[in-house]
Amino acid sequence: MNIQKPPSKPTKVKAETRNFNFFYGDFHALRNINLKLGENQVTALIGPSGCGKSTLLRSFNRMHDLYAGNRYEGELILHPDDTNLVDPRVDPIEVRMRLSMVFQKPNPFPKSIYDNVIYGQRVRGVKKRSILDDKVEEALTSAALWDEVKHRLNDMAFALSGGQQQRLCIARALATDPEVLLLDEPTSALDPIATASIEELINELKKKVTILIVTHNMQQAARVSDYTAYMYLGELVEFGVTDEIFIKPKDRRTEDYITGRFG
Amino acid sequence: MHEHLSTQFDVELDTLRAHLTRMGGMVQEQMHNALAVLANGDRETIEMIVEQDKGVDEMEVAIDMACTNLVARRQPTAIDLRLVMAIGKTVTDLERIGDEAKKIAKTTRRIVERGDGGSLSQVMEIRHMGEQAAAMLNNVLDAFVRLDYQAAALVVRSDKEVDQHFQAIIRQLITYMMEDPRTITTALDIVFIAKSVERIGDHCKNIAEDIIYIVKGLDVRHKGLDGLEQEITAA
Repeated sequence: MNIQKPPSKPTKVKAETRNFNFFYGDFHALRNINLKLGENQVTALIGPSGCGKSTLLRSFNRMHDLYAGNRYEGELILHPDDTNLVDPRVDPIEVRMRLSMVFQKPNPFPKSIYDNVIYGQRVRGVKKRSILDDKVEEALTSAALWDEVKHRLNDMAFALSGGQQQRLCIARALATDPEVLLLDEPTSALDPIATASIEELINELKKKVTILIVTHNMQQAARVSDYTAYMYLGELVEFGVTDEIFIKPKDRRTEDYITGRFG
Repeated sequence: MHEHLSTQFDVELDTLRAHLTRMGGMVQEQMHNALAVLANGDRETIEMIVEQDKGVDEMEVAIDMACTNLVARRQPTAIDLRLVMAIGKTVTDLERIGDEAKKIAKTTRRIVERGDGGSLSQVMEIRHMGEQAAAMLNNVLDAFVRLDYQAAALVVRSDKEVDQHFQAIIRQLITYMMEDPRTITTALDIVFIAKSVERIGDHCKNIAEDIIYIVKGLDVRHKGLDGLEQEITAA
């Protein structure tokens, strides 16, 4: 029997944090995070509410820039060009093209399916219809939605089911050809069937992009990820191969959390 | 170990462990009776062992089902997962120990019915070997209750002595059979008994390895004694 396990640490790193800290005003939300995301691997961030996992995920595409008083310290490096994503000289719009985000609740724009998908391309200034058409088909195919919507691309996005809307958001995120896909609890508002289809999709998408996913559903982290990071009180407590974390975690705090015990 | 946020989960895990301990106690009794039968060939005790085996089989099915239910309902992880998986395997080993005790009883009955009961007492080694396997069973069940991986490692080590006893008995029986071919039928039956005892030792060793897996998260099967001790020390 051939059961392939990933190496204990990612061999090829797509993005990493180096002594990364984040502050919401005076509140020190992330403390000295050193985390490496393996290229074409799925890394799951788990931890109790308020541990900083969503804060970390959002740092990757500079979401925190939107509010005054927020502050990054340390580095958040995207390879291979070693761009420090949190460097103020780096354009956040460009960061968001390279690292796309999908949120907890499907949030399509009040536009047609077609217009939702090519929104990022339009922001980039692409106008040629044939290029946009190709992009829509490519992104919707990658998001496993093309066959379901190809005959009604001009319908409003809200006409789709919740699971389809979320796949549309994934298609919208993929249409800018990102290198990293950031998923913030992407299935928490979906039923089990829609959840299964998104999880299946994650497995396919990692062939093209590097994925970082925040999830409260530990079984989901166990199912979809290659590596898992456990965070607690703004610190990265443990990082390792997902199987190891779920069968034999090294840190007592990780064990208490994943087994549902009092810490 | 801290308690779970779900007290019902704690109750379910505790119940599972309690059932396993109870099944272990039933098998211990079967084993104890099998050793007595080897010494006295008592027919009533033989029937009792056969009857006890039904209860052990029922426990195996019930505990297996409880493990499946717990996995389905709780999706255990880490030490909880290792415990449930190990209990699932341990019940199989315990049930097989029960089967071997039953085989010992039935084979002894055959020897006694043939009027050859005296031959058994000539092979003293088999009693010693049986007592050794019974001690392994006691120790491994004790180690399971206390989740004591060091005691479990000692059980793994002691299996080698049972295997050596088995080889000694086979040599002794070969000598008997060569000297007097009329002993062959009973000698073969004693070989079967010795093999059953030897298998009981193997099953105890399996359970001991499961305990090490639960506590340390190490799969020490097929590692050999040296490999096992190295891994435990390194972990």
